[in-house]
Amino acid sequence: MMRRILSNPAAATGALLCLLVLLAALFAPWLAPHDPIDQSIVDRLSPPSGSYLLGADAYGRDVLSRILYGARISLIVAVSSTAAAVVVGGAIGAVSGYIGGRLDLLVMQAMDVLLALPSLILGLVVVALLGPDIGNLVFAIALTAVAPFARIARAPVLSLKQRAFVEAGRALGFSHVRILLVHVLPNILDEVLVMATLWMAAAVRTEAALSFIGLGVRPPTPSWGGMMREGFDNILDAPWLSLFPGLAILLLVLGLNLLGDGLRDATDPRLAVQ
Amino acid sequence: MTAPLLQVQGLVKHFAGRGGVRVRAVDGVDLDVAAAEALGIVGESGCGKSTAARAMLRLIEPDAGSIRFEGADVRAARGAALTALRRRMQMVFQDPYASLNPRRSIGRTLAEPLTVHRLARGAAAWEQAGALLEEVGLPAAVRSRYPHEFSGGQRQRIGIARALALRPALLVADEPVSALDVSVQAQILLLLRRLQQERGLAFVFVSHDLAVVRWFCSRVAVMYLGRVVERGPVATVFRNPRHPYTRLLRDAVPVADPHRRAAGPRLVGDLPSPAAPPPGCHFHPRCPRATAICREQAPAWTEAGGHGAACHHPLD
Repeated sequence: MMRRILSNPAAATGALLCLLVLLAALFAPWLAPHDPIDQSIVDRLSPPSGSYLLGADAYGRDVLSRILYGARISLIVAVSSTAAAVVVGGAIGAVSGYIGGRLDLLVMQAMDVLLALPSLILGLVVVALLGPDIGNLVFAIALTAVAPFARIARAPVLSLKQRAFVEAGRALGFSHVRILLVHVLPNILDEVLVMATLWMAAAVRTEAALSFIGLGVRPPTPSWGGMMREGFDNILDAPWLSLFPGLAILLLVLGLNLLGDGLRDATDPRLAVQ
Repeated sequence: MTAPLLQVQGLVKHFAGRGGVRVRAVDGVDLDVAAAEALGIVGESGCGKSTAARAMLRLIEPDAGSIRFEGADVRAARGAALTALRRRMQMVFQDPYASLNPRRSIGRTLAEPLTVHRLARGAAAWEQAGALLEEVGLPAAVRSRYPHEFSGGQRQRIGIARALALRPALLVADEPVSALDVSVQAQILLLLRRLQQERGLAFVFVSHDLAVVRWFCSRVAVMYLGRVVERGPVATVFRNPRHPYTRLLRDAVPVADPHRRAAGPRLVGDLPSPAAPPPGCHFHPRCPRATAICREQAPAWTEAGGHGAACHHPLD
């Protein structure tokens, strides 16, 4: 599996980009040349140079250091919101599909209602109601992804529960919980994993968008969307303030998308070597 | 006479079809199977034979009728009683490719029922999994392999081994060989026969292949549109069918020698929809012997010497 991903150049690039961001986030305190919050007014708006590789912002803070620390916010929000959505949405979809009947109809219609709301608007409402902090941000983004994951988990469960090995499990007297956990879930994991990677990219974008309009993490904590917003005030004098965090978002989203596509190809049974 | 191992009476299963119509998949089936006996169920596709087989095991919940197995009421069983019954009656499936979990090794698949029913665990369960594989003609060493590494016939053997794990008294086999090559079919049939003799297993053997049923089973039930139309010992039913449908079904089997082909009427038309079965005898629209009474009244069951049929104008 790992080899199949790495043998695909696009997927390998994606994995590399994601790894880069992950390392940046993990080792930010050691990699960052400056403290991301320390202000140095004399250096305000200084262009990229030897001491400020990517320049300094309107408060004289080092952009590179802020981007490195900002990776933490992006990854934490993306990973935890997607994980929450996978667990909650996946459980709803899998159980609903397995039980079927009227309950399934009802649950899926509720999910459709959730799906009909644009994710940015939904996130906006939730954060506006609950207040901008990282927990609420994760909750808001997870909420927008629950319905898609319910759908993604349900579809393969519908076909799996018709398969003879599930019926065999019932004939052998296995409990429904056992059949669902041991025989159904492992068989939908691939599909869910692929979608989770792709959804993480969406979560990064949503987080950036919410931070951009001021509903993200509170300043002065650095986040990429927030940095772009702050840089906007001086976009004509110091375009690097918005450009570099924008590039960081681009690279992470691109990396996750490439990785997700590569995973999908690697797990496609039609391409699998027997 | 001793009580049969399995006794099914008036088994009914209707499905809700599109637009609220009731699809009468199984519409009053009576069957019985003695210990160590193989009963065949034959019929065209869509006659309800697979549904009937699943309803007997309560893999599909029947709507009406009674099922008694080893003296216990199968339909009333709940919880632990149902689990105990499940141990005694097992199923073998048609599609060997869908019947094994692709993500579990063969050993784990075979050990799982043992651990769930607390018959063995850990190394002992693993040991028994190997013994089961050897019993169905595979080396115990394949325990650590996965289903995709096996051919259809080998997978069917593994499926049979899994069904044997709980030491059942009855195997319900739903078209167990129809997905296999002819040469492999023979091997699987020989295996099933050996198991029947060695373990004293009883079989409900669902098939559309009359030759296979004739060879494997001692008694046969012919189903048409959700009902049993004829039932009796295999040799008598196929040599002297009493129901016109059985005869047409028998004569529809291709014969290699053109001089020996039956000259009688052929089975024409398609099976009517079980959502709107014809009134009276279900078979009358396709029956060469049908008269006015067949269109109005469902025929009663008449039986002599263990050979029965439901027909107004039975053949002699």
